[in-house]
Amino acid sequence: MLEVSVRHVFRSFSVDVAFRAPPGVTVLFGRSGSGKTTIINAVAGLLMPDAGRIASGDWTLLDTRRGIRLKPHRRRLGYIFQEGRLFPHLTVRQNLAYGAWFAPKGAPREDMGRVVDLLGIGHLLDRRPGALSGGEKQRVAIGRALLSAPRLILADEPLAALDEARKAEILPFLERLRDEVNVPILYVSHSATEVARLATTVVALDAGRVIREGPAAEVLGDPAVLPAGAREAGAILTATVAAHHDDGLSELDAGGISLFVPRVSQTPGTAMRVRIAAHDVILSRGRPDGLSALNILPGVVSEIRSGAGPGAIVAVDTGAGRLLARITQRSARALALAPGTEAHAIVKTVSVAPSDIGGGETTAVLS
Amino acid sequence: MADWLSPAEWDAVRLSLRVALWATVFSLPVGILVAYALARWRFPGREALNVLVHLPLIMPPVVTGYLLLLAFGTRGPVGGFLDSVLGFTFAFRWTGAALAAGVMAFPFMVRAVRLSIEAVDPKLEQAASTLGASRIWVFMTVTLPLILPGMIAGTVLTFAKGMGEFGATITFVSNIPGQTQTIPLAIDLLLETPGGEARAARLAGLSILLAATALALSEWISRRVAARVGGA
Repeated sequence: MLEVSVRHVFRSFSVDVAFRAPPGVTVLFGRSGSGKTTIINAVAGLLMPDAGRIASGDWTLLDTRRGIRLKPHRRRLGYIFQEGRLFPHLTVRQNLAYGAWFAPKGAPREDMGRVVDLLGIGHLLDRRPGALSGGEKQRVAIGRALLSAPRLILADEPLAALDEARKAEILPFLERLRDEVNVPILYVSHSATEVARLATTVVALDAGRVIREGPAAEVLGDPAVLPAGAREAGAILTATVAAHHDDGLSELDAGGISLFVPRVSQTPGTAMRVRIAAHDVILSRGRPDGLSALNILPGVVSEIRSGAGPGAIVAVDTGAGRLLARITQRSARALALAPGTEAHAIVKTVSVAPSDIGGGETTAVLS
Repeated sequence: MADWLSPAEWDAVRLSLRVALWATVFSLPVGILVAYALARWRFPGREALNVLVHLPLIMPPVVTGYLLLLAFGTRGPVGGFLDSVLGFTFAFRWTGAALAAGVMAFPFMVRAVRLSIEAVDPKLEQAASTLGASRIWVFMTVTLPLILPGMIAGTVLTFAKGMGEFGATITFVSNIPGQTQTIPLAIDLLLETPGGEARAARLAGLSILLAATALALSEWISRRVAARVGGA
Protein backbone atom coordinates (compact mmCIF):
# COMPACT_ATOMS: atom_id res chain seq x y z
CA MET A 1 0.00 0.00 0.00
CA LEU A 2 1.34 3.38 -1.00
CA GLU A 3 1.57 5.87 1.84
CA VAL A 4 1.81 9.53 0.99
CA SER A 5 2.37 12.49 3.25
CA VAL A 6 3.32 15.82 1.70
CA ARG A 7 3.70 19.27 3.12
CA HIS A 8 4.55 22.19 0.87
CA VAL A 9 4.03 25.92 1.20
CA PHE A 10 3.54 28.10 -1.86
CA ARG A 11 3.28 31.86 -1.70
CA SER A 12 -0.49 32.00 -1.38
CA PHE A 13 -1.39 28.37 -0.86
CA SER A 14 -0.22 25.41 1.13
CA VAL A 15 -0.65 21.67 0.86
CA ASP A 16 -0.57 19.45 3.92
CA VAL A 17 -1.90 15.97 3.29
CA ALA A 18 -1.46 12.38 4.35
CA PHE A 19 -3.33 9.45 2.84
CA ARG A 20 -3.01 5.81 1.82
CA ALA A 21 -3.54 4.38 -1.62
CA PRO A 22 -4.52 0.69 -1.51
CA PRO A 23 -4.30 -1.44 -4.69
CA GLY A 24 -6.63 -0.35 -7.47
CA VAL A 25 -7.39 3.20 -8.53
CA THR A 26 -7.04 5.91 -5.90
CA VAL A 27 -8.60 9.12 -7.13
CA LEU A 28 -7.47 12.46 -5.75
CA PHE A 29 -10.78 14.25 -6.09
CA GLY A 30 -11.28 17.96 -5.72
CA ARG A 31 -11.80 21.26 -7.43
CA SER A 32 -8.95 22.93 -9.32
CA GLY A 33 -6.68 24.59 -6.80
CA SER A 34 -7.29 21.92 -4.17
CA GLY A 35 -3.71 20.68 -4.43
CA LYS A 36 -4.22 17.54 -6.52
CA THR A 37 -1.52 18.25 -9.08
CA THR A 38 0.94 19.36 -6.39
CA ILE A 39 0.54 16.01 -4.69
CA ILE A 40 0.89 13.91 -7.83
CA ASN A 41 3.95 15.90 -8.94
CA ALA A 42 5.51 15.34 -5.52
CA VAL A 43 4.95 11.61 -5.98
CA ALA A 44 6.51 11.82 -9.45
CA GLY A 45 9.48 13.79 -8.13
CA LEU A 46 8.76 16.75 -10.43
CA LEU A 47 8.19 18.86 -7.33
CA MET A 48 10.30 18.51 -4.21
CA PRO A 49 8.03 19.28 -1.26
CA ASP A 50 9.22 21.06 1.88
CA ALA A 51 8.62 17.91 3.88
CA GLY A 52 7.06 14.54 3.35
CA ARG A 53 7.31 10.82 3.01
CA ILE A 54 6.20 8.75 0.04
CA ALA A 55 6.73 5.04 0.37
CA SER A 56 5.26 1.64 -0.31
CA GLY A 57 6.58 -1.08 1.94
CA ASP A 58 10.37 -0.84 1.85
CA TRP A 59 10.29 1.10 -1.41
CA THR A 60 10.87 4.73 -0.42
CA LEU A 61 10.60 7.49 -3.00
CA LEU A 62 10.86 10.39 -0.62
CA ASP A 63 11.61 10.77 3.04
CA THR A 64 12.74 14.27 3.89
CA ARG A 65 13.53 13.32 7.48
CA ARG A 66 15.93 10.61 6.33
CA GLY A 67 17.20 12.77 3.48
CA ILE A 68 15.88 10.46 0.75
CA ARG A 69 14.79 12.30 -2.39
CA LEU A 70 14.82 9.99 -5.40
CA LYS A 71 15.23 11.70 -8.76
CA PRO A 72 12.19 11.30 -11.05
CA HIS A 73 13.99 8.88 -13.36
CA ARG A 74 14.75 6.53 -10.45
CA ARG A 75 11.14 6.32 -9.24
CA ARG A 76 9.87 3.74 -11.73
CA LEU A 77 6.56 5.47 -12.36
CA GLY A 78 4.35 5.68 -15.39
CA TYR A 79 2.96 9.20 -15.57
CA ILE A 80 0.02 9.89 -17.88
CA PHE A 81 -0.15 13.64 -18.40
CA GLN A 82 -3.21 15.70 -19.20
CA GLU A 83 -1.74 16.80 -22.54
CA GLY A 84 -0.20 13.45 -23.47
CA ARG A 85 3.32 14.81 -23.87
CA LEU A 86 4.26 12.33 -26.57
CA PHE A 87 7.68 12.86 -28.15
CA PRO A 88 6.98 14.54 -31.48
CA HIS A 89 10.18 13.31 -33.15
CA LEU A 90 9.51 9.64 -32.42
CA THR A 91 6.97 7.28 -33.95
CA VAL A 92 4.21 5.80 -31.83
CA ARG A 93 6.19 2.55 -31.64
CA GLN A 94 9.31 4.41 -30.44
CA ASN A 95 7.25 6.41 -27.95
CA LEU A 96 5.84 3.19 -26.54
CA ALA A 97 9.29 1.60 -26.30
CA TYR A 98 10.91 4.68 -24.74
CA GLY A 99 10.20 3.86 -21.09
CA ALA A 100 10.83 0.14 -21.50
CA TRP A 101 14.35 0.92 -22.65
CA PHE A 102 15.22 2.54 -19.32
CA ALA A 103 13.47 -0.04 -17.13
CA PRO A 104 15.69 -2.47 -15.20
CA LYS A 105 16.28 -5.59 -17.23
CA GLY A 106 14.64 -7.96 -14.76
CA ALA A 107 11.60 -5.78 -14.05
CA PRO A 108 8.19 -7.42 -14.56
CA ARG A 109 6.82 -5.78 -17.65
CA GLU A 110 3.78 -5.77 -19.84
CA ASP A 111 3.98 -7.30 -23.28
CA MET A 112 3.98 -4.66 -26.03
CA GLY A 113 1.57 -6.67 -28.19
CA ARG A 114 -0.89 -7.09 -25.33
CA VAL A 115 -0.86 -3.39 -24.46
CA VAL A 116 -1.24 -2.41 -28.12
CA ASP A 117 -4.28 -4.71 -28.33
CA LEU A 118 -5.72 -3.49 -25.04
CA LEU A 119 -5.57 0.11 -26.24
CA GLY A 120 -6.43 -0.57 -29.87
CA ILE A 121 -3.47 1.35 -31.29
CA GLY A 122 -2.00 -1.33 -33.58
CA HIS A 123 -2.76 0.67 -36.73
CA LEU A 124 -0.97 3.77 -35.39
CA LEU A 125 2.45 2.29 -34.63
CA ASP A 126 4.35 3.81 -37.56
CA ARG A 127 2.78 7.26 -37.32
CA ARG A 128 4.16 10.25 -35.49
CA PRO A 129 2.17 12.00 -32.73
CA GLY A 130 1.51 14.99 -35.01
CA ALA A 131 -0.74 12.79 -37.12
CA LEU A 132 -2.88 11.47 -34.24
CA SER A 133 -6.21 12.69 -32.87
CA GLY A 134 -6.48 13.78 -29.23
CA GLY A 135 -8.04 10.49 -28.16
CA GLU A 136 -5.41 8.45 -30.03
CA LYS A 137 -2.60 10.47 -28.44
CA GLN A 138 -4.00 9.83 -25.00
CA ARG A 139 -4.26 6.09 -25.63
CA VAL A 140 -0.62 6.04 -26.77
CA ALA A 141 0.34 8.03 -23.65
CA ILE A 142 -1.39 5.42 -21.48
CA GLY A 143 0.48 2.66 -23.31
CA ARG A 144 3.80 4.45 -22.97
CA ALA A 145 3.33 4.78 -19.20
CA LEU A 146 2.22 1.18 -18.89
CA LEU A 147 5.17 -0.22 -20.87
CA SER A 148 7.82 1.50 -18.76
CA ALA A 149 7.45 -1.36 -16.23
CA PRO A 150 6.12 1.04 -13.58
CA ARG A 151 5.51 0.14 -9.96
CA LEU A 152 2.87 2.86 -9.81
CA ILE A 153 0.89 4.64 -12.51
CA LEU A 154 0.12 8.34 -12.10
CA ALA A 155 -2.57 10.06 -14.14
CA ASP A 156 -3.19 13.80 -14.00
CA GLU A 157 -6.65 14.46 -15.44
CA PRO A 158 -5.84 12.41 -18.53
CA LEU A 159 -9.29 13.05 -20.00
CA ALA A 160 -9.70 16.72 -19.16
CA ALA A 161 -8.44 17.96 -22.54
CA LEU A 162 -10.79 15.71 -24.51
CA ASP A 163 -14.38 16.23 -25.63
CA GLU A 164 -17.19 14.03 -24.33
CA ALA A 165 -17.02 11.59 -27.24
CA ARG A 166 -13.25 11.06 -26.77
CA LYS A 167 -13.71 10.68 -23.02
CA ALA A 168 -16.28 7.97 -23.62
CA GLU A 169 -13.75 6.32 -25.95
CA ILE A 170 -10.93 6.26 -23.36
CA LEU A 171 -12.84 5.48 -20.14
CA PRO A 172 -13.32 1.78 -20.96
CA PHE A 173 -9.56 1.46 -21.54
CA LEU A 174 -8.87 2.94 -18.12
CA GLU A 175 -11.39 0.53 -16.60
CA ARG A 176 -9.61 -2.38 -18.25
CA LEU A 177 -6.32 -1.01 -17.00
CA ARG A 178 -7.71 -1.02 -13.46
CA ASP A 179 -9.19 -4.49 -13.76
CA GLU A 180 -6.53 -6.28 -15.83
CA VAL A 181 -3.20 -4.69 -14.94
CA ASN A 182 -1.78 -5.33 -11.54
CA VAL A 183 -0.26 -1.88 -10.95
CA PRO A 184 -1.75 0.62 -8.49
CA ILE A 185 -2.97 3.85 -10.06
CA LEU A 186 -3.04 7.31 -8.54
CA TYR A 187 -5.52 9.36 -10.53
CA VAL A 188 -6.23 13.08 -10.32
CA SER A 189 -9.69 14.24 -11.29
CA HIS A 190 -12.35 16.84 -10.68
CA SER A 191 -14.96 14.95 -12.67
CA ALA A 192 -17.60 13.11 -10.66
CA THR A 193 -18.21 10.80 -13.61
CA GLU A 194 -14.57 9.70 -13.80
CA VAL A 195 -14.45 9.17 -10.05
CA ALA A 196 -17.62 7.10 -10.14
CA ARG A 197 -16.41 5.00 -13.06
CA LEU A 198 -12.82 4.43 -11.97
CA ALA A 199 -12.21 4.95 -8.29
CA THR A 200 -11.56 2.10 -5.90
CA THR A 201 -10.57 4.58 -3.23
CA VAL A 202 -11.35 8.28 -3.11
CA VAL A 203 -9.22 10.90 -1.40
CA ALA A 204 -11.35 14.05 -1.34
CA LEU A 205 -9.33 17.26 -1.21
CA ASP A 206 -10.19 20.85 -0.49
CA ALA A 207 -7.80 23.80 -0.22
CA GLY A 208 -4.76 21.57 0.17
CA ARG A 209 -6.19 19.32 2.88
CA VAL A 210 -7.74 15.84 2.85
CA ILE A 211 -11.38 16.15 3.85
CA ARG A 212 -12.26 12.46 3.55
CA GLU A 213 -10.67 9.26 2.31
CA GLY A 214 -12.04 5.78 1.92
CA PRO A 215 -13.72 3.32 -0.46
CA ALA A 216 -15.34 5.14 -3.38
CA ALA A 217 -18.96 4.28 -2.62
CA GLU A 218 -18.56 5.36 0.99
CA VAL A 219 -16.95 8.72 0.25
CA LEU A 220 -19.28 9.57 -2.63
CA GLY A 221 -22.31 8.48 -0.58
CA ASP A 222 -21.44 10.88 2.22
CA PRO A 223 -23.57 14.02 1.87
CA ALA A 224 -20.99 15.96 3.90
CA VAL A 225 -18.31 15.42 1.28
CA LEU A 226 -18.95 17.27 -1.93
CA PRO A 227 -15.50 17.96 -3.35
CA ALA A 228 -16.89 19.07 -6.67
CA GLY A 229 -19.84 20.99 -5.23
CA ALA A 230 -23.46 20.01 -4.58
CA ARG A 231 -24.29 20.13 -8.29
CA GLU A 232 -21.91 17.26 -8.92
CA ALA A 233 -23.07 15.14 -5.99
CA GLY A 234 -24.01 11.59 -6.74
CA ALA A 235 -23.71 8.11 -5.31
CA ILE A 236 -22.46 4.95 -6.98
CA LEU A 237 -24.29 1.66 -7.01
CA THR A 238 -22.63 -1.60 -7.90
CA ALA A 239 -24.70 -3.98 -9.95
CA THR A 240 -24.53 -6.80 -12.44
CA VAL A 241 -26.18 -6.87 -15.84
CA ALA A 242 -29.34 -9.02 -15.49
CA ALA A 243 -30.92 -8.78 -18.92
CA HIS A 244 -31.25 -6.70 -22.07
CA HIS A 245 -34.78 -5.85 -23.15
CA ASP A 246 -36.20 -5.28 -26.62
CA ASP A 247 -37.34 -1.74 -25.84
CA GLY A 248 -33.75 -0.44 -25.60
CA LEU A 249 -33.34 -0.87 -21.87
CA SER A 250 -30.97 -2.94 -19.81
CA GLU A 251 -31.95 -4.37 -16.48
CA LEU A 252 -29.32 -4.36 -13.77
CA ASP A 253 -29.41 -6.26 -10.52
CA ALA A 254 -28.27 -4.13 -7.62
CA GLY A 255 -28.43 -6.08 -4.39
CA GLY A 256 -31.53 -7.95 -5.56
CA ILE A 257 -33.29 -4.84 -6.76
CA SER A 258 -33.94 -4.29 -10.47
CA LEU A 259 -32.64 -1.10 -11.98
CA PHE A 260 -33.61 -0.09 -15.50
CA VAL A 261 -31.04 1.96 -17.40
CA PRO A 262 -30.47 2.89 -21.06
CA ARG A 263 -29.01 -0.02 -23.02
CA VAL A 264 -25.43 -1.00 -22.11
CA SER A 265 -23.14 -3.12 -24.26
CA GLN A 266 -21.88 -5.50 -21.54
CA THR A 267 -23.09 -9.07 -21.51
CA PRO A 268 -25.40 -10.35 -18.72
CA GLY A 269 -23.46 -11.25 -15.60
CA THR A 270 -20.91 -8.45 -16.04
CA ALA A 271 -20.18 -6.34 -12.97
CA MET A 272 -21.13 -2.70 -13.43
CA ARG A 273 -21.03 0.51 -11.47
CA VAL A 274 -23.66 3.16 -11.99
CA ARG A 275 -23.46 6.73 -10.84
CA ILE A 276 -26.83 8.21 -9.87
CA ALA A 277 -26.60 12.00 -9.81
CA ALA A 278 -28.23 13.48 -6.71
CA HIS A 279 -30.23 16.02 -8.71
CA ASP A 280 -31.86 13.18 -10.66
CA VAL A 281 -33.36 11.53 -7.57
CA ILE A 282 -36.86 12.37 -6.35
CA LEU A 283 -38.01 11.37 -2.84
CA SER A 284 -41.49 10.25 -1.85
CA ARG A 285 -42.75 9.20 1.57
CA GLY A 286 -45.37 6.74 0.31
CA ARG A 287 -44.94 4.39 -2.62
CA PRO A 288 -45.92 6.51 -5.61
CA ASP A 289 -48.57 5.20 -7.93
CA GLY A 290 -49.15 5.89 -11.61
CA LEU A 291 -45.66 7.31 -12.10
CA SER A 292 -43.67 7.14 -15.31
CA ALA A 293 -40.32 6.62 -13.58
CA LEU A 294 -39.26 2.99 -13.74
CA ASN A 295 -36.93 2.84 -10.76
CA ILE A 296 -38.55 3.17 -7.35
CA LEU A 297 -36.25 2.11 -4.53
CA PRO A 298 -37.63 1.89 -1.01
CA GLY A 299 -35.20 2.87 1.73
CA VAL A 300 -34.52 4.71 4.94
CA VAL A 301 -33.14 8.23 5.29
CA SER A 302 -29.76 8.07 6.98
CA GLU A 303 -28.56 11.64 6.87
CA ILE A 304 -29.68 15.09 5.80
CA ARG A 305 -27.24 17.84 5.02
CA SER A 306 -28.49 21.36 4.42
CA GLY A 307 -26.33 23.65 2.35
CA ALA A 308 -25.95 27.41 2.52
CA GLY A 309 -28.49 27.82 -0.29
CA PRO A 310 -32.04 26.49 -0.53
CA GLY A 311 -30.91 22.90 -1.17
CA ALA A 312 -30.30 19.86 0.96
CA ILE A 313 -28.59 16.55 0.26
CA VAL A 314 -30.43 13.55 1.62
CA ALA A 315 -28.75 10.17 1.91
CA VAL A 316 -31.13 7.22 1.57
CA ASP A 317 -30.04 3.67 2.27
CA THR A 318 -31.84 1.38 -0.14
CA GLY A 319 -31.52 -2.31 -0.84
CA ALA A 320 -29.42 -1.40 -3.88
CA GLY A 321 -27.02 0.73 -1.87
CA ARG A 322 -26.85 4.28 -0.64
CA LEU A 323 -28.31 6.98 -2.88
CA LEU A 324 -28.01 10.73 -2.58
CA ALA A 325 -30.94 13.00 -3.41
CA ARG A 326 -30.62 16.73 -3.88
CA ILE A 327 -33.91 18.37 -2.91
CA THR A 328 -34.96 21.72 -1.44
CA GLN A 329 -34.97 22.27 2.28
CA ARG A 330 -38.63 23.22 1.89
CA SER A 331 -39.42 19.73 0.50
CA ALA A 332 -37.44 18.09 3.27
CA ARG A 333 -39.58 19.94 5.82
CA ALA A 334 -42.83 19.26 3.95
CA LEU A 335 -42.07 15.53 3.90
CA ALA A 336 -40.86 15.65 7.51
CA LEU A 337 -37.71 13.86 6.51
CA ALA A 338 -35.33 12.90 9.30
CA PRO A 339 -32.81 10.16 9.86
CA GLY A 340 -34.79 6.94 10.21
CA THR A 341 -37.72 8.08 8.06
CA GLU A 342 -38.83 5.65 5.39
CA ALA A 343 -38.71 7.10 1.90
CA HIS A 344 -38.80 5.97 -1.70
CA ALA A 345 -36.05 7.12 -4.02
CA ILE A 346 -37.27 7.59 -7.58
CA VAL A 347 -34.82 7.57 -10.49
CA LYS A 348 -35.90 8.15 -14.08
CA THR A 349 -34.27 5.63 -16.37
CA VAL A 350 -33.45 8.19 -19.04
CA SER A 351 -31.77 10.46 -16.52
CA VAL A 352 -29.00 7.93 -15.99
CA ALA A 353 -26.29 9.18 -18.35
CA PRO A 354 -24.61 6.47 -20.43
CA SER A 355 -21.24 7.99 -19.44
CA ASP A 356 -22.14 7.30 -15.80
CA ILE A 357 -22.43 3.55 -16.37
CA GLY A 358 -19.20 1.60 -16.61
CA GLY A 359 -17.60 -1.76 -16.17
CA GLY A 360 -17.11 -2.72 -12.55
CA GLU A 361 -14.15 -4.34 -10.90
CA THR A 362 -13.69 -8.05 -10.60
CA THR A 363 -12.66 -7.35 -7.03
CA ALA A 364 -15.23 -5.91 -4.68
CA VAL A 365 -15.48 -2.14 -4.59
CA LEU A 366 -16.55 -2.07 -0.97
CA SER A 367 -13.65 -3.64 0.80
CA MET B 1 39.66 24.10 -64.43
CA ALA B 2 42.44 24.24 -61.89
CA ASP B 3 44.02 27.00 -64.03
CA TRP B 4 41.02 29.14 -63.30
CA LEU B 5 42.71 30.22 -60.07
CA SER B 6 46.42 30.60 -59.39
CA PRO B 7 48.09 28.17 -56.93
CA ALA B 8 48.19 30.94 -54.33
CA GLU B 9 44.49 31.54 -54.79
CA TRP B 10 43.72 27.82 -54.45
CA ASP B 11 45.72 27.93 -51.23
CA ALA B 12 43.47 30.71 -49.99
CA VAL B 13 40.34 28.70 -50.85
CA ARG B 14 41.61 25.54 -49.15
CA LEU B 15 42.74 27.53 -46.14
CA SER B 16 39.38 29.27 -45.86
CA LEU B 17 37.54 25.95 -45.91
CA ARG B 18 39.90 24.50 -43.30
CA VAL B 19 39.63 27.55 -41.03
CA ALA B 20 35.83 27.64 -41.29
CA LEU B 21 35.57 23.89 -40.72
CA TRP B 22 37.62 23.89 -37.53
CA ALA B 23 35.98 27.04 -36.26
CA THR B 24 32.61 25.29 -36.70
CA VAL B 25 33.69 21.95 -35.24
CA PHE B 26 34.83 23.63 -32.03
CA SER B 27 31.99 26.13 -31.82
CA LEU B 28 29.23 23.54 -32.06
CA PRO B 29 29.65 21.62 -28.77
CA VAL B 30 30.71 24.70 -26.82
CA GLY B 31 27.89 26.68 -28.41
CA ILE B 32 25.31 24.04 -27.42
CA LEU B 33 26.58 24.03 -23.84
CA VAL B 34 26.54 27.84 -23.56
CA ALA B 35 23.15 28.10 -25.29
CA TYR B 36 21.71 25.47 -22.94
CA ALA B 37 23.12 27.24 -19.89
CA LEU B 38 21.73 30.60 -21.02
CA ALA B 39 18.33 29.13 -21.92
CA ARG B 40 17.76 26.80 -18.97
CA TRP B 41 20.02 27.50 -16.02
CA ARG B 42 19.82 30.30 -13.51
CA PHE B 43 23.29 31.02 -12.12
CA PRO B 44 25.26 34.06 -10.99
CA GLY B 45 27.12 35.58 -13.92
CA ARG B 46 24.54 34.43 -16.46
CA GLU B 47 24.03 37.98 -17.73
CA ALA B 48 27.79 38.50 -17.87
CA LEU B 49 28.20 35.32 -19.93
CA ASN B 50 25.46 36.49 -22.25
CA VAL B 51 27.24 39.82 -22.80
CA LEU B 52 30.62 38.13 -23.27
CA VAL B 53 29.24 35.80 -25.93
CA HIS B 54 27.65 38.67 -27.82
CA LEU B 55 30.58 41.10 -27.55
CA PRO B 56 32.25 40.06 -30.84
CA LEU B 57 29.00 40.88 -32.59
CA ILE B 58 28.96 44.43 -31.26
CA MET B 59 32.62 45.39 -30.91
CA PRO B 60 34.65 46.50 -33.93
CA PRO B 61 36.28 43.30 -35.27
CA VAL B 62 39.67 44.96 -35.03
CA VAL B 63 39.17 45.24 -31.26
CA THR B 64 38.31 41.54 -31.01
CA GLY B 65 41.45 40.74 -33.00
CA TYR B 66 43.51 42.97 -30.76
CA LEU B 67 42.15 41.32 -27.59
CA LEU B 68 42.88 37.90 -29.10
CA LEU B 69 46.42 39.06 -29.81
CA LEU B 70 46.82 40.21 -26.21
CA ALA B 71 45.50 36.93 -24.78
CA PHE B 72 46.62 34.34 -27.32
CA GLY B 73 49.76 35.95 -28.76
CA THR B 74 53.00 34.18 -27.93
CA ARG B 75 53.60 36.65 -25.12
CA GLY B 76 49.98 36.69 -23.97
CA PRO B 77 48.97 34.79 -20.80
CA VAL B 78 47.04 32.01 -22.57
CA GLY B 79 49.06 31.92 -25.77
CA GLY B 80 52.36 31.94 -23.87
CA PHE B 81 51.26 29.01 -21.74
CA LEU B 82 50.04 26.96 -24.71
CA ASP B 83 53.19 27.79 -26.67
CA SER B 84 55.73 26.95 -23.97
CA VAL B 85 53.96 24.02 -22.28
CA LEU B 86 52.07 22.29 -25.11
CA GLY B 87 53.99 23.66 -28.08
CA PHE B 88 50.73 24.86 -29.60
CA THR B 89 50.77 28.25 -31.29
CA PHE B 90 47.91 30.48 -32.41
CA ALA B 91 49.90 33.56 -33.38
CA PHE B 92 50.38 34.01 -37.12
CA ARG B 93 49.20 30.46 -37.87
CA TRP B 94 46.08 29.12 -39.54
CA THR B 95 45.02 27.89 -36.08
CA GLY B 96 44.87 31.53 -35.01
CA ALA B 97 42.74 32.34 -38.04
CA ALA B 98 40.40 29.51 -37.03
CA LEU B 99 40.25 30.85 -33.46
CA ALA B 100 39.42 34.35 -34.69
CA ALA B 101 36.76 32.98 -37.04
CA GLY B 102 35.29 30.83 -34.26
CA VAL B 103 35.12 33.70 -31.78
CA MET B 104 33.54 36.04 -34.30
CA ALA B 105 30.98 33.44 -35.39
CA PHE B 106 30.21 32.17 -31.88
CA PRO B 107 27.30 34.58 -31.20
CA PHE B 108 25.53 33.28 -34.31
CA MET B 109 25.90 29.69 -33.15
CA VAL B 110 24.68 30.45 -29.63
CA ARG B 111 21.72 32.52 -30.80
CA ALA B 112 20.50 29.91 -33.26
CA VAL B 113 20.82 27.03 -30.79
CA ARG B 114 19.42 29.00 -27.86
CA LEU B 115 16.29 29.96 -29.78
CA SER B 116 15.62 26.33 -30.60
CA ILE B 117 16.28 25.20 -27.00
CA GLU B 118 13.82 27.79 -25.75
CA ALA B 119 11.27 26.38 -28.17
CA VAL B 120 11.56 22.88 -26.65
CA ASP B 121 8.75 22.31 -24.15
CA PRO B 122 10.36 21.43 -20.78
CA LYS B 123 7.28 19.31 -20.14
CA LEU B 124 8.53 16.84 -22.73
CA GLU B 125 11.83 16.60 -20.88
CA GLN B 126 9.93 16.05 -17.62
CA ALA B 127 7.93 13.29 -19.29
CA ALA B 128 11.16 11.62 -20.38
CA SER B 129 12.54 11.79 -16.83
CA THR B 130 9.43 10.13 -15.39
CA LEU B 131 9.96 7.35 -17.95
CA GLY B 132 13.36 6.62 -16.46
CA ALA B 133 15.75 8.78 -18.49
CA SER B 134 18.52 10.50 -16.55
CA ARG B 135 19.37 14.10 -17.36
CA ILE B 136 22.01 13.21 -19.92
CA TRP B 137 19.69 10.70 -21.60
CA VAL B 138 16.87 13.22 -21.64
CA PHE B 139 19.22 15.61 -23.40
CA MET B 140 20.46 13.03 -25.91
CA THR B 141 17.08 11.49 -26.76
CA VAL B 142 14.66 14.41 -26.47
CA THR B 143 16.35 17.82 -26.38
CA LEU B 144 19.05 17.19 -28.98
CA PRO B 145 16.76 15.73 -31.68
CA LEU B 146 14.30 18.58 -31.16
CA ILE B 147 16.95 21.31 -31.50
CA LEU B 148 18.51 19.75 -34.60
CA PRO B 149 17.10 22.40 -36.95
CA GLY B 150 18.61 25.14 -34.77
CA MET B 151 21.93 23.31 -34.65
CA ILE B 152 22.00 23.07 -38.43
CA ALA B 153 21.16 26.74 -38.81
CA GLY B 154 23.87 27.66 -36.29
CA THR B 155 26.41 25.43 -38.01
CA VAL B 156 25.81 26.96 -41.42
CA LEU B 157 25.90 30.51 -40.08
CA THR B 158 29.14 29.76 -38.24
CA PHE B 159 30.70 28.17 -41.27
CA ALA B 160 29.72 31.05 -43.55
CA LYS B 161 30.94 33.60 -41.03
CA GLY B 162 34.17 31.62 -40.67
CA MET B 163 34.71 31.71 -44.44
CA GLY B 164 34.23 35.46 -44.55
CA GLU B 165 35.83 36.73 -41.35
CA PHE B 166 38.23 39.56 -42.05
CA GLY B 167 38.86 42.20 -39.40
CA ALA B 168 39.70 40.12 -36.35
CA THR B 169 41.72 37.67 -38.44
CA ILE B 170 43.96 40.24 -40.09
CA THR B 171 44.53 42.00 -36.77
CA PHE B 172 45.29 38.82 -34.84
CA VAL B 173 47.29 36.72 -37.31
CA SER B 174 48.11 39.15 -40.12
CA ASN B 175 47.92 38.34 -43.84
CA ILE B 176 50.43 35.54 -44.55
CA PRO B 177 49.96 33.63 -47.82
CA GLY B 178 49.48 29.91 -47.23
CA GLN B 179 49.22 30.36 -43.49
CA THR B 180 46.60 32.96 -42.59
CA GLN B 181 45.52 34.35 -45.96
CA THR B 182 41.91 33.24 -46.29
CA ILE B 183 39.73 34.28 -49.26
CA PRO B 184 38.71 37.69 -47.89
CA LEU B 185 42.30 38.52 -46.99
CA ALA B 186 43.45 37.44 -50.46
CA ILE B 187 40.77 39.62 -52.05
CA ASP B 188 41.89 42.53 -49.91
CA LEU B 189 45.49 42.09 -51.02
CA LEU B 190 44.52 41.69 -54.70
CA LEU B 191 42.49 44.87 -54.60
CA GLU B 192 45.60 46.74 -53.49
CA THR B 193 47.73 45.13 -56.20
CA PRO B 194 47.75 46.89 -59.60
CA GLY B 195 45.88 44.72 -62.16
CA GLY B 196 44.56 42.35 -59.48
CA GLU B 197 40.94 43.38 -59.78
CA ALA B 198 39.91 40.63 -62.18
CA ARG B 199 41.36 37.98 -59.92
CA ALA B 200 39.76 39.61 -56.90
CA ALA B 201 36.43 39.45 -58.69
CA ARG B 202 36.87 35.72 -59.39
CA LEU B 203 37.58 35.04 -55.72
CA ALA B 204 34.63 37.22 -54.71
CA GLY B 205 32.38 35.23 -57.06
CA LEU B 206 33.68 32.00 -55.62
CA SER B 207 32.98 33.05 -52.06
CA ILE B 208 29.45 34.07 -53.01
CA LEU B 209 28.98 30.66 -54.62
CA LEU B 210 30.26 28.83 -51.53
CA ALA B 211 28.04 30.86 -49.21
CA ALA B 212 24.96 30.35 -51.36
CA THR B 213 25.61 26.59 -51.60
CA ALA B 214 26.00 26.30 -47.83
CA LEU B 215 22.76 28.20 -47.26
CA ALA B 216 20.79 26.13 -49.77
CA LEU B 217 22.13 22.93 -48.25
CA SER B 218 21.14 23.96 -44.75
CA GLU B 219 17.66 25.03 -45.87
CA TRP B 220 17.17 21.64 -47.47
CA ILE B 221 18.38 19.73 -44.40
CA SER B 222 16.35 21.90 -42.02
CA ARG B 223 13.19 21.31 -44.02
CA ARG B 224 13.71 17.55 -43.93
CA VAL B 225 14.44 17.59 -40.20
CA ALA B 226 11.51 19.90 -39.45
CA ALA B 227 9.17 17.62 -41.38
CA ARG B 228 10.36 14.68 -39.28
CA VAL B 229 10.11 16.49 -35.95
CA GLY B 230 6.83 18.19 -36.80
CA GLY B 231 5.06 14.90 -37.32
CA ALA B 232 3.11 13.71 -40.39
